[in-house]
Amino acid sequence: MKRYRTHLLLCTGTACVSNNAFNIKKSLEIEIKKHNLENEVLIVPTGCNGFCERGPILVVQPDGIFYQQLKESDIPYLVEEHFLKGRPVKKLMYTPSKGEEVIPKMMDIEFFKHQILIALRNRGRIDPEEIEEYIANDGYQSMGKALFEMTPEEIINEVKISGLRGRGGAGFPTGRKWELCRASKGDVKYIICNADEGDPGAYMDRSILEADPHSVIEGMVIGAKAIGAHKGFVYVRDEYPLALKRISIAVEKAKDYGLLGEDILGSGFDFDLKIVRGGGAFVCGEETALMQSIEGKVGRPTPRPPYPAQKGLWGKPTNINNVETWANIPVIIARGGDWFSRIGTETSKGTKVFSLVGKVNNTGLVEVPMGITLREIIYNIGGGIPNGKKFKAVQTGGPSGGCIPEELIDLPVDYEQLTKAGAIMGSGGLIVMDEDTCMVDVAKYFVSFLEDESCGKCVPCRSGIRRMREILTRITQGKGKEGDIELLEELAETIKKASLCGLGQTAPNPVLSTIRYFRDEYEAHIKKKRCPALVCKDLIIYRIIPEKCTGCRRCVQVCPTGAITGPKAQPHNLDASKCIKCGACYEVCRFDAIAGDAIYME
Amino acid sequence: MPKLTLDELKALRDKAKESIKTRDGKGRAKIIVHMGTCGIASGARNIMNSLLKELEERNITDVIVTTSGCAGLCSHEPMMTVEIPGKPPVKYIDLTEDKVKKIMVEHILGGNIVVDYALAFGSETVY
Ligand SMILES: Cc1cc2nc3c(=O)[nH]c(=O)nc-3n(C[C@H](O)[C@H](O)[C@H](O)COP(=O)(O)O)c2cc1C
Ligand code: SF4
Ligand code: SF4
Repeated sequence: MKRYRTHLLLCTGTACVSNNAFNIKKSLEIEIKKHNLENEVLIVPTGCNGFCERGPILVVQPDGIFYQQLKESDIPYLVEEHFLKGRPVKKLMYTPSKGEEVIPKMMDIEFFKHQILIALRNRGRIDPEEIEEYIANDGYQSMGKALFEMTPEEIINEVKISGLRGRGGAGFPTGRKWELCRASKGDVKYIICNADEGDPGAYMDRSILEADPHSVIEGMVIGAKAIGAHKGFVYVRDEYPLALKRISIAVEKAKDYGLLGEDILGSGFDFDLKIVRGGGAFVCGEETALMQSIEGKVGRPTPRPPYPAQKGLWGKPTNINNVETWANIPVIIARGGDWFSRIGTETSKGTKVFSLVGKVNNTGLVEVPMGITLREIIYNIGGGIPNGKKFKAVQTGGPSGGCIPEELIDLPVDYEQLTKAGAIMGSGGLIVMDEDTCMVDVAKYFVSFLEDESCGKCVPCRSGIRRMREILTRITQGKGKEGDIELLEELAETIKKASLCGLGQTAPNPVLSTIRYFRDEYEAHIKKKRCPALVCKDLIIYRIIPEKCTGCRRCVQVCPTGAITGPKAQPHNLDASKCIKCGACYEVCRFDAIAGDAIYME
Repeated sequence: MPKLTLDELKALRDKAKESIKTRDGKGRAKIIVHMGTCGIASGARNIMNSLLKELEERNITDVIVTTSGCAGLCSHEPMMTVEIPGKPPVKYIDLTEDKVKKIMVEHILGGNIVVDYALAFGSETVY
């Protein structure tokens, strides 16, 4: 077998691809050829490495050197210096912040150090389009074990012992779910992988499909045997072209190798897997809507019961799990449920993948053990808040999750703790917010998203969410009334109780959690007509502080409406009647001479 | 691709594992070929090629081959350093393809230093 002395693991996840990773790959190929290194140095396009903030990323093995923020123009020098002459290039390595020493090795970087990879075990290490690379890392061995050495009951028992709970939102115990579906009467059963992932800012599932699609396929075959299903579907969000491509290639290759289809590995077990493109709406990720969509109908939720395990796709017993849930299965079978259950907390076992975004230095995809605190994620892995700003809150669980304030930052992350704090685990979005965030505005943002995404089938969700959005909008415009907070709370209770599906039932979370922890901010908007974070445009006014203004004219140049005038070298004037409050002058002023003040209307 | 059986899957795994070993960064030995401008001029590329050929022909997959810059002894290029975990590194000088073969057999596989070609024990220390 061909031997290369150096492997270049080039990240070709969606984020790096949009930062030019494919052109970097071309340029690497050209330069490597130029130096006649093509028989020594192998380029391996991998899925998402995780540290998206620093993309495009190239990891050099066996040395473990981490190159980041690469540009095409860096490549000729890099190839000659490092891959030909053996001198690693410092200026392309990672520094935590300006002026600090570089950290050459990936494993020494804080962002990676605290992570434990189970679902993402192969991320950044293999070429997802080459099935042999998955097989090289013991891929499909668990499937072999499940097909040849285990009974369905034994598989289910192992998953139960592991304590694995669904990673798609509700956290239902996976082993129990399988058992229910297995026990359901009927000779035709289906299994589904939910890869709809509609939460804004979340990309855990996309990454798994892009970086390691075979892990999901292997998990599904094991589940199929446990449940007694011979047909499965992967329901992939339509806006995920790269994930769609890689899972499609993976399914084709697995079929070629006899790892899917009839008589898998000669075991006598048949399982066929089909890829379905999502319907494009957020609500299609809800299991009953998703099944409608696979059946070719409009993706709208239907009442439960009957649950999918009783009457699912085309009325047959159906088991549906999230991408990450499936990706955990092969490891549980390989290492045992016991091993898995030793990671995590009393009620939440294993790890969870989070997409860490917002006002945090190291944005990216992280996999951490359950029970890790929010502080560890945000500060140790995430590197804290940029620009010396203060942390304010973190939104967990996507649009229908909740905001957790600074006081609770030492909260251990597990299903129960997050729920107790008024948030949810959800599918694993973490949006970090700093002191410049207005919590009423945040609540309005998520509620507007949910208003757009409500399918409209039931009144409490359809009208209730709209009412909430109207009230929140009024508050942010300074038109809030005494009693609005109570009205929001009342609406929230009704919507939660009376909505048909999870979308409606959880929609009030962002409102309730922000009221719970930031009531004073609501009150400032309502009673004092003041936005303490200076976000709500209607509640701020920009003015020039004459003592500080040097008359440099920078603000004059950026103002889109010509609201600022004044001769050079003299304090300028800002005409509030022309100002559209875009904040551009505030951003460019180098002398802190522009103030954004809260308007008081007492 | 004919359909795999369980045994064939295991065999394929073992074979494929070898080809990605370089990615673990672990090995029974590490060979550093010095590739400064001087090294390249005096034939370090040929040394690298013959090393890789040797490893491939002998089907050895757990020896890491890497490069480094000029070792500061330009008159004795081509050079390479052999590091075996737990033992002091050994620097070989004035290499030829035949010498590489011998070092491969005696030192890397056999564990005995080829004293005739060795310059000194130890990688340079940087103060
Ligand atoms: C509005 C809404 C959207 C959802 N979107 C997703 C999704 O994108 N991906 C997902 O796995 N689960 C989603 N779910 C949860 C699914 O209904 C279902 O619980 C999950 O796929 C079950 O898999 P698990 O047990 O592995 O978590 C959504 C639920 C609701 C109410
Ligand atoms: S709760 Fe909302 S999204 Fe769910 S069925 Fe009712 S209207 Fe549709
Ligand atoms: S906030 Fe915008 S519109 Fe208003 S004065 Fe400044 S630059 Fe002009």
